Amino acid sequence: MSGATLSNRKPETGAFYQRDLDWHPPAYTPQYKTSVLRSPQKALLSLDNTLSEITGPVFGHNILGELDNDLIHNFAKAGESAIGPRIIVHGHVLDERGRGVDGVLLEFWQANAGGRYRHRKEGYMAPLDPNFGGCGRTITDENGYYCLRTIQPGPYPWPNRANDWRPAHIHFSAFGHGFAQRLITQMYFEGDPLIWKCPIVDTIPDREAIEGLTAVLDMEATIPMDARAYKFDIVLRGRRSTLFENRREGN
Amino acid sequence: MAQSLNRLKESASQTAGPYVHIGCTPNFAEITGVYSEDLGASMVNDKTKGERITISGHVIDGADTPLKDALVEIWQADASGLYNSPAEMRGSADPNFTGWGRCPTDMTTGEFRFETIKPGRVPFKDGRLMAPHITFWIVARGINLGLSTRMYFEDEEAANAEDPVLARIEHRVRVPTLLAKKDGNGYTFDIHLQGEKETVFFDI
Repeated sequence: MSGATLSNRKPETGAFYQRDLDWHPPAYTPQYKTSVLRSPQKALLSLDNTLSEITGPVFGHNILGELDNDLIHNFAKAGESAIGPRIIVHGHVLDERGRGVDGVLLEFWQANAGGRYRHRKEGYMAPLDPNFGGCGRTITDENGYYCLRTIQPGPYPWPNRANDWRPAHIHFSAFGHGFAQRLITQMYFEGDPLIWKCPIVDTIPDREAIEGLTAVLDMEATIPMDARAYKFDIVLRGRRSTLFENRREGN
Repeated sequence: MAQSLNRLKESASQTAGPYVHIGCTPNFAEITGVYSEDLGASMVNDKTKGERITISGHVIDGADTPLKDALVEIWQADASGLYNSPAEMRGSADPNFTGWGRCPTDMTTGEFRFETIKPGRVPFKDGRLMAPHITFWIVARGINLGLSTRMYFEDEEAANAEDPVLARIEHRVRVPTLLAKKDGNGYTFDIHLQGEKETVFFDI
């Protein structure tokens, strides 16, 4: 991490657009049982952004290792690779204005092809893959573009109602330019019937918002005889221009 | 019909789930050899300016039980009130202070702990100084959208009394939910997700 900017763009200092809390899942979603005791019940204190929310750290490309965005190989023994359907996931991180966001730290994690996570608290009977760790990261380029290579994760059962299954998914954490842009979400796969049966997906009120988390098969980006490709764009909050804002010195 | 604004909608949030550590702190999750260290594990070095402090606490659910699978991130100004960020236009922050920390809550005790420095004061939008504070962001299984809040310092009584953000809290009885308690060389800051002691969470 350093204070240097990653591009020639002038850093933006405007406040972020008000977050549409009706578009995001509400805190209290009883179909997803864990949310019941973990959901704040009082009104949030709404705040137009101050410097504390507008600013955020920068992650330089120098933190990245060569295999950080290659989950097929970044945990595998030399000469071996993770088991499962080989895929590429790629797309842009945009903001609500449609602009590519450069320098976004994306971290991703997922279950293996059998639907098993490499985690001490994981109890599903599907086996671990000795060559699959399940984590990766990358940083978007000057246009907001990113890509990663992995195996398609499997769906898995989880303790909620007696027979709930998660659709195949990849978790994404996005670190944009300001701390108020911080976002964690999940990517689903086009055509997976479990999407519409999942209580966690169902926390999102709007079907269009769910479709916005569903990656689409991208045959043109597919590598023949090697890996299919899915396109997945991520949208972070947009921010206001500061051109006509009256600002006192020091801000 | 009028023109379209051509705006996109922000990607909808989804819970970080129980295995957020795999992606954000893999070494903590015993996935070693992929990254040399977990990001955000250290905020300071031996040249960092300012008063060293430790902040520890728990994230506590509505049944008074600490979360053992949460991830807490903090963001703060340096000792002179400058952020280590390209959007900081007032000067250059201490290069030996990142300002950003990330800590999973302990899988057994639920405790989080940050070794950092006490931040300086940062101006509000109108130029008035805010009291020293640290922005918190909490994600976990069962939290559908990351929770934002601020930690202030209980021993900054004068600054807290004139802080324009704390002044916005209508129910004054809730202000202490944002005040870290002095505890030796450190501060304790417990975050309550629900109940009588529910922390004031922010829509930023």
